[in-house]
Amino acid sequence: MSELPAKTSDLIDQLVTDLRPESRSRLLRSISLGVLSGAVVSGIVVGSLWGVRPDMAAALHTSTFWIKEFFVLSLAIVGFFIALKMARPDGQARGFIFLAIVIVLGLGTLAVLQLASAPTELWKRLIMGNTSAVCPWLILLLAIPIMLGLIWAMRRMAPTRLQFAGVAAGLTAGALSALIYSVSCDESTMPFIFIWYGGAIAVMAMIGAFVGPRVLRW
Amino acid sequence: MIESLAGNDRAYRVLLQESGKRLHAYYSRRLVETAITDDLVQETLLAIHTRRSTYDPARPFTAWLHAIARYKLIDFLRNQRHRRTVSFEEAPEEALIFEEGDPSAQLDLTQILEMLSPRTRELIRAVKIEGRSIAEVSTASGLSESAIKVAMHRAMARLSKKFGRDVP
Repeated sequence: MSELPAKTSDLIDQLVTDLRPESRSRLLRSISLGVLSGAVVSGIVVGSLWGVRPDMAAALHTSTFWIKEFFVLSLAIVGFFIALKMARPDGQARGFIFLAIVIVLGLGTLAVLQLASAPTELWKRLIMGNTSAVCPWLILLLAIPIMLGLIWAMRRMAPTRLQFAGVAAGLTAGALSALIYSVSCDESTMPFIFIWYGGAIAVMAMIGAFVGPRVLRW
Repeated sequence: MIESLAGNDRAYRVLLQESGKRLHAYYSRRLVETAITDDLVQETLLAIHTRRSTYDPARPFTAWLHAIARYKLIDFLRNQRHRRTVSFEEAPEEALIFEEGDPSAQLDLTQILEMLSPRTRELIRAVKIEGRSIAEVSTASGLSESAIKVAMHRAMARLSKKFGRDVP
């Protein structure tokens, strides 16, 4: 290869003069900042509109409460790590995707087991609970600020698989939003959580797949 | 790259120059027009600069560079496809893209060209693949420029019809 064209050399000169030391943790900090600022907004909305569920003290002693929290928290963490990987041009996230699938299948199994051990008359109650008409919508609504924060952060990074990066953002936003919402939601049957929490998170991931290629381009 | 992230501008200059050469080779192998290659090289260098914080020092630099180069190429081609409303005569030639030395692409191309009459095949080969101008081919073959354009236009239309989409 011979020399580069003059225009390219000029550009390199400019870029070299513009070089400032770069912190290694910048990517982690940007994405965290995006997620956290969105979560704070959603948290404030939940806190001021509905507050903590009235029977919180009692719920802390039930295993279903903790399974629910574990489900959404672990999905949020896994989603966050996938998003971190996807923010890099050469990021691979196979291990984390596998983890996410395991978590979802785990809860799905618990939901099926609970249905199987309950009489058929109770199924409707186990699945629909009292709030299935509002729960998924509120999770979607509360996911918006987190999604915006994540998109803001990712746009400054370099995702190359935009659709997938969008799914990661949607998964993180949906799961974290579900975590925040779960503090004020007193539903705790496994089928309910699997279908309505899981459904809302899945819809958020799909929204991510749709908006990713449109808003994450650089 | 690790030196560059720490702010060593000597190392950074070398890195950008070497990357520029690599990128030039990468894009010119995949695109025919040099002006577009140069633009893409510069755009990618700029992306390296503004998005350097996404480089993970634990991973090879070339993998990172290649991922960005590939992304920029795909992004360019995608834009190109949306904008392709120019008429046939003005259509940019770089649209015929295949990796040199990629045997399957070569084979496909040969097979596709087999479908045309020998005379048209030669025209397409000369203009679209070897990148010669219509005027050159006209003097070489003795056909008039408009005859060549018409023949090529028909051939390309036939191929596009055959293969469904916007083969330019």
